[in-house]
Amino acid sequence: MDTIHKQDPALLQRANLRDYDSVYGRFSWLEARAELDGLPGGGLNIAFEAVDRHLAHGRSEKVALRWLGKDGGQQDFTYGALAAQSNRFASVLKGFGLERGAVVFGLMGRRPELYLTALGAWKNGNVFSPLFSAFGPEPLKARMTIGRAQALVTTDRLYSRKVAAWRSELPDLRLVLLLRTTDKALPPDTVDLTAALAEASEVFEIAETEPEDRALLHFTSGTTGKPKGAIHVHEAVVAHHITGRYALDLHPGDVYWCTADPGWVTGTSYGIVAPLTNGVTMIVDEAEFDAERWYGIIQDRKVTVWYTAPTAIRMLMRAGRGVADRYDLSSLRFLASVGEPLNPEAVVWSQETFGKPFHDNWWQTETGGIMIANFAAEDVKPGSMGRPLPGITAGIVERRPDGGVEEIAKPMAMGELALRPGWPSMMRGYLDEEARYQKCFADGWYLSGDLAMRDSDGYFWFVGRADDVIKSAGHLIGPFEVESALMEHPAVAEVGVIGIPDETAGEVVKAYVGLKPQFEASDALRRELLGHARKRLGPAVAPRDIAFRANLPKTRSGKIMRRLLKARELGLPEGDLSTLESDER
Amino acid sequence: MTPDEARGVFFEELGNIAPEWDPAEIDPQEDIRDAMDIDSMDLLNLVIALHKRLGLDIPESDYGELVTIDGAIAYLAAKSSG
Repeated sequence: MDTIHKQDPALLQRANLRDYDSVYGRFSWLEARAELDGLPGGGLNIAFEAVDRHLAHGRSEKVALRWLGKDGGQQDFTYGALAAQSNRFASVLKGFGLERGAVVFGLMGRRPELYLTALGAWKNGNVFSPLFSAFGPEPLKARMTIGRAQALVTTDRLYSRKVAAWRSELPDLRLVLLLRTTDKALPPDTVDLTAALAEASEVFEIAETEPEDRALLHFTSGTTGKPKGAIHVHEAVVAHHITGRYALDLHPGDVYWCTADPGWVTGTSYGIVAPLTNGVTMIVDEAEFDAERWYGIIQDRKVTVWYTAPTAIRMLMRAGRGVADRYDLSSLRFLASVGEPLNPEAVVWSQETFGKPFHDNWWQTETGGIMIANFAAEDVKPGSMGRPLPGITAGIVERRPDGGVEEIAKPMAMGELALRPGWPSMMRGYLDEEARYQKCFADGWYLSGDLAMRDSDGYFWFVGRADDVIKSAGHLIGPFEVESALMEHPAVAEVGVIGIPDETAGEVVKAYVGLKPQFEASDALRRELLGHARKRLGPAVAPRDIAFRANLPKTRSGKIMRRLLKARELGLPEGDLSTLESDER
Repeated sequence: MTPDEARGVFFEELGNIAPEWDPAEIDPQEDIRDAMDIDSMDLLNLVIALHKRLGLDIPESDYGELVTIDGAIAYLAAKSSG
């Protein structure tokens, strides 16, 4: 599809990144760091850069967070109020004896308290780890166990439904703060969050964290094994800030709406940190996707910068242009998308519908911030993820049999997308998984696991995953986590889980199940397994479809060949079958 | 379709999406997204299933009517008789 050229001189003049080549050429992380203040007594703390420093720059009365409740309510927090309220949260955490480095988990829908939990945790020198509220009990338990949770901030409803049953199995968990959303009595061994905050001090001295101190623990999924906890440090804020400026074109006057849930990395890096360090007004909508509600928010709140995801964009496309045309969306200046590759049709659709294209960008939980992007003042090639951010060196590499890699310079050659490590928001490790961390690197490159190509203009194009990880609605799902949950059902002998293409979600999870001899495949059993998986995993991770097989294709060592299941599901060539020992029936 | 028929159809399709719940035990005025952990993809699949089964066109702007059991029954009953 044709390249979209930017011609509006006003827009080009306003963009933070006006001349890609020259900014890229002279960029330094040291100068990026100088855009932040640093703690008055030395050190660096994300919460201070996001909130408190604005008070010293005369922005305490500016609205930082405009929260829109499901039921139509609105609550505004100025930078001054965010500073005071997050101090209260920090006071509560400190008051309960949480020491620096202790991990505080947040499990909540998009409510103001979740944002304050993150900020309060950073102020107290704690590590914040967000959990997605649509996770079922098993993903939650796995993540809180690996993360050695010391505190959990959640709602009474989520707690009793998803956590209470196994809470006693977490030896380090000493504090459970509950936001009460029902009129039920407070469960045992929990603390009423609202009451604790009311008694807590609004004055708090921010912990003097150092740039390399841990700040965030984000979980992600691999093909095998347990979820991995990617560790990020306070210095990540340097990358959050500058990528917010360059890749999202954030200006202090912007009304910015990131639709991602803070349960995922986008909703933290770009749903909390980057917008606040850049001093914008950010919109937080508690409700789930609804096309009319979304357009209404853009119109009524005069959103200028909108960061969303391909699944949502495709849902808007389904709703049709007619819905968009009923709203005044002229406030929009810059549109960006992340989570999975944005198909070219969606870019063109947005150009036709909004008069501006969505700017796709690429990054991962591990990279902590946007690495490759389409920029406000640069050409957009629909279907491409764009070019590397200033400060980021990206390449296409090929793995050699000896375990090393080499870069492929030839344009449009397919290989693995790799980055030169050294930017501030790069993960510092997977918690307690040094071997898995080391496996991400070879010959001075960080290997992303994504296959891509680079064209002769330096734009990158996503091809697919190099492994079996599933990407559904922008979220990575490890097949092993899904297979393990299904294996717990007494009827199941073996399971292979793959992602199958879906026009809205990109991919959806499908499970192939082999039953034990005494069980018969039936529609009732299919529903039972579906329910079993949803109860344990939650809707975001559980399969949307289950198929029965008498036998799954396996290698000699008994490993289920997901690749083959997928090739057959899609009618693709089956490839090398030399390791196939026992075929599908 | 009578409200009873609409209830039967809706419960069945909802049960196909989220078989871990018995819709009869859900507060009929509560948002099923909260009560039954129904996410946006589930809701979309539910609409597609209802469309296939009943031949009804359910525009995006009406999805909001389907997020409570009472709302959905009233909507389906009215829509199928009108």
